[in-house]
Amino acid sequence: MRLLTHNMLSSNIKGVTNGFPLRLQVEKSVEKEVDLNPDFLKNIFPKIEWKALVDASHALGYPELPDDAEPSMLDSHDFLKKFHHALLELHVEEGALICPETGRNFPINKGIPNMLLHEDEV
Amino acid sequence: MPSRPELTAPPEFFYNEEEARKYTTSSRIIEIQGKLTERALELLALPDDGVPRLLLDIGCGSGLSGETLSEKEHHWIGLDISKSMLDVALEREVDGDLLLADMGQGLTLRPGVIDGAISISAVQWLCNADKSSNEPRLRLKAFFGSLYRCLTRGARAVLQLYPENEAQLEMITASAMRSGFAGGVVVDFPHSTRAKKYFLVLTCGPPSLSSALPKAKSEDGESCSDDSDSDEENKTVSISDRRRPRKKQKVNKKGKGREWVVKKKEQMRKKGHSVPPDTKYTARKRKAHF
Ligand SMILES: C[S@@+](CC[C@H](N)C(=O)[O-])C[C@H]1O[C@@H](n2cnc3c(N)ncnc32)[C@H](O)[C@@H]1O
Repeated sequence: MRLLTHNMLSSNIKGVTNGFPLRLQVEKSVEKEVDLNPDFLKNIFPKIEWKALVDASHALGYPELPDDAEPSMLDSHDFLKKFHHALLELHVEEGALICPETGRNFPINKGIPNMLLHEDEV
Repeated sequence: MPSRPELTAPPEFFYNEEEARKYTTSSRIIEIQGKLTERALELLALPDDGVPRLLLDIGCGSGLSGETLSEKEHHWIGLDISKSMLDVALEREVDGDLLLADMGQGLTLRPGVIDGAISISAVQWLCNADKSSNEPRLRLKAFFGSLYRCLTRGARAVLQLYPENEAQLEMITASAMRSGFAGGVVVDFPHSTRAKKYFLVLTCGPPSLSSALPKAKSEDGESCSDDSDSDEENKTVSISDRRRPRKKQKVNKKGKGREWVVKKKEQMRKKGHSVPPDTKYTARKRKAHF
């Protein structure tokens, strides 16, 4: 799971009003290089919850993102490179996502979060 | 159809290790799923600007559909209820991110973040009631409600599905409309039992020109339904938007109404005809003269 996906995920357990962001617990991670596409980054930027991305990248041991970001920064190649790396090249292989309201643990195995709910959570 | 897998077992059991492998190594299936995905992408009508988007592949299975999305450079998140199918997707090193999830429990995504969604040969599974806890109507509602929320306004979802019968297709479509979607069903190759394919084409947000239904494909490669008033064989079935007030719909039946006239005029303009501009007088009701 890349941080792009983590940034879009939200817990939908019955009764939870704000399931975002899911806290990230990392046991194992990998990096996979992919081509940088500035257009994609510019298009996705307004939809990113920046603080959640910064926190998640810290959990993966990548401290390079600035605490705050604004659209004008997208003109800087240096910024794009860091944003790209955090968003698309860091993968969580083993670990868990934790619902911010209930503390429910969604395990991540082989890079796949298990988001299946129990019957009483639907 | 001789046997529907939907009738044999819940999807997470039907798509076990053996079936997942069988499914993904069949060259016939690979070809069909690829073609269906290409068609779904076409119906998704993303802006033609070469910018990769963030898409969703619902019931992504072993990644046959997602691969077509990757070929077009898009990023995607795929979700599936079958662990065995996802394991095969991992083996095949698909580019999308995968989630083990049940669409019938609602999508676990933030509002307004997804640029478009496709689903290839999966949504009919929601109509299964093979567990006592499975209530198809509730599951459809959870699915379409969450799908509507996670899409950006104006985005589309294109769901290719194998409905068991008319009633099932109607139940699925009605549920989508109740969640706020506009759109309807496009049937490709309606005259061929084997090639016939159903696509539920949904637009998120207020109806507009962009939510007008695209045309279906027919055997000879020509679009087979030309206009809303063509013959009975017309296979592009439009479903009106649920938020349009009832009264207005009635008027539309008799006198077409302003919306229809404006749309028609726009179509004519696109075809290069000279058409008077739209004003407050356009399609205005006329007083009865004696
Ligand atoms: C015919 S396969 C299609 C897979 C892939 N889209 C393709 O084109 O190859 C249908 C898939 O839908 C999945 N599915 C069925 N019900 C589901 C549900 N409730 N939630 C998520 N996935 C589901 C099945 O596990 C299966 O992988």
